[in-house]
Amino acid sequence: MAIVFDGTRESYVEGLSEFLGSGRNTLPEWVTDLRREAISGFGNTGFPMLSDEEWRFTNLDVLRRTSFSIVGNGISDVSEKTVDSYGFSGLSCVRLVFVNGRFASPPSDELRDEEGVIATSLSKAACEYSDLVRNHLARYADYEKDPFISLNTSYFEDGVFIYVPDGVVFEKPVHVLYISTDEGQPMFVNPRNLIVVGQSSGAKVVEHYVSTSQNVYFSNVVTEVVCGENANLEHYRLEFESQKAFNFSTLRVNQRKNSNIASHSVLCGGALVRNNIHPVLAGEGCNSDIYGLFMSEGRQHMDNFMRVEHASPHCDSRQFYNGVLDGRSKGVFHGRIMVHEGAEKTDAKQTNRNLLLSDMAQIDTKPQLEIYNDDVKCTHGATIGQMDEEALFYLCSRGIPMRKAKIIMLRAFTNETLENMSISSIRDALEDSVMQWFERRLENGSGR
Amino acid sequence: MLEVRNLHVQVDDKEILKGLNITVAPGEVHSIMGPNGSGKSTLAQVLAGKETYEVTEGEITFQGKDLIDLEPEERACEGIFLAFQYPVEIPGVANTYLLREALNAKREYWNEKPLKHVEFAKLAREKMRELGIDEDLLKRSVNTGFSGGEKKRNEVFQMQILEPRLSVLDETDSGLDIDALKIVANGVNSMRGTERSFIVITHYQRLLNYIVPDFVHVMVDGKIVKSGGKELAQELEEKGYAGF
Repeated sequence: MAIVFDGTRESYVEGLSEFLGSGRNTLPEWVTDLRREAISGFGNTGFPMLSDEEWRFTNLDVLRRTSFSIVGNGISDVSEKTVDSYGFSGLSCVRLVFVNGRFASPPSDELRDEEGVIATSLSKAACEYSDLVRNHLARYADYEKDPFISLNTSYFEDGVFIYVPDGVVFEKPVHVLYISTDEGQPMFVNPRNLIVVGQSSGAKVVEHYVSTSQNVYFSNVVTEVVCGENANLEHYRLEFESQKAFNFSTLRVNQRKNSNIASHSVLCGGALVRNNIHPVLAGEGCNSDIYGLFMSEGRQHMDNFMRVEHASPHCDSRQFYNGVLDGRSKGVFHGRIMVHEGAEKTDAKQTNRNLLLSDMAQIDTKPQLEIYNDDVKCTHGATIGQMDEEALFYLCSRGIPMRKAKIIMLRAFTNETLENMSISSIRDALEDSVMQWFERRLENGSGR
Repeated sequence: MLEVRNLHVQVDDKEILKGLNITVAPGEVHSIMGPNGSGKSTLAQVLAGKETYEVTEGEITFQGKDLIDLEPEERACEGIFLAFQYPVEIPGVANTYLLREALNAKREYWNEKPLKHVEFAKLAREKMRELGIDEDLLKRSVNTGFSGGEKKRNEVFQMQILEPRLSVLDETDSGLDIDALKIVANGVNSMRGTERSFIVITHYQRLLNYIVPDFVHVMVDGKIVKSGGKELAQELEEKGYAGF
């Protein structure tokens, strides 16, 4: 039995009662209340229009035209071998697997260790660690104003729950794999993740989105992160969805005093991708390092929307996003820095560099500073260009073939962001993926 | 080794080289001098294969092969090396990586096995010591943040690693203090031999005190207007180019 959404606002609003009665909602009653409250947000807004300033470069008509359904039983046909193929060689990690939005118990390694670290599915955690989940779930991501967060909060079935208690530095990365499979019709999947890192604690979380088919589906992700006082979190978001997929995601981070986060996003798949990164530096002395690399080809559209909110004094933020665009693809980098009234001594920096590999590729890059304090330092810079001809000639004049010279130049460009990843096996694997992507581009005659 | 016959080259429809002739035999060092804008650097870039320079007439033969049809990388593998007047900065690409790739590309071209990391490191260290280059320079990005002197020394260092048959040094001496100049000159002199040739492009006679040429050519308005022995350089230093 499938719950079908025909693209209209009404279908998404009215579908909720069917969803709640379908037995797919395995979460406690208080979540049901939350869902009912959340859907009114989408009811008020619907999908955003181009006239909406935050969406002016991304046309969502296609979402209004496409039917999606909540369907399938999840774990059906993904073999352990397939799951393993998405691993990172040499990486010792805790692995959690979700198939079409639902938890796949084997082959996942659920964790509850003697120090109190928990890594499990959110639907389980909502029952077993009800207070912990209830204290944080949907407290940060704004389901009233943001239509995609509203939809996710209303329709999520599962996602990862990670909890690291005070004073524990959990070294092993948690690799969360979200696999989409062919269910015969375009799916609507809403992974919902909650990561809570306690005081003076540390964690590394890798969200990894992949697909076994090249189908159309709508993956609408929300991740809420609470980074406790003096805590460190390294977060990865690796988006390798189907080339026909819609991937919308929000990373909403709440940072307490003296906490540090590093966010790494790598976007490669998807027909239409929106990547929202929204840290709130809520306590004094926080640090946010936000890195991203997006690569698009064909008619892919990748929209990166940064909203870095400085709400307390003496916080530093760094945004560093690089884009590589080929074919007729389009990219967007919208970098908003908001400095609240009390946030003196803010030091915020933003850089977006783009490499265009074809005449038809397009990038819209837009910094946006909203500053309500006089004692701040905010800088932004953007570049758009092609491969440096002089540098290519220099490399070739040393005997390096043109093709190899281009690969060397692209590697240098993409490494500007990848090199900041602390997990070397992931960094190496991504470097390989980037190179394979570029080799394919070169074979298609692109990559000038 | 190199024969350039009646070479005409234009850039953006403007003719820069207007019927240039030069012949370089194995083991010879030729110096090309001339006023700014006479086309010296154009000649250097054309020899290396820069696409923006269009050869409209004439021929270039290198070791019996028609050079004009070869890509820049093929010319390099055949044994041509250009020490750039303005070495290009390439952030994010380590100097050592560039050099190893370059050397191995050349070895592959000649069906030789690539050098292993260890072998390459040993070779690089040896050459660096001779040139008084800090080892740290290997790890740094190509020419990025290098001082003027470091860039020029790095060019000579690359030349030593790649062991070209014909090296074209485009104003490698400009901007160097006397100590750096001596190091660069020693780097060149140590490679001189019966099979290796050099074209040294310079404004100043000073360099030629250290790299003593077999021939000196005066280039004016896209042509070589006078050729002679090393004493010609001295004469130019005294009288200038006004007579041409």
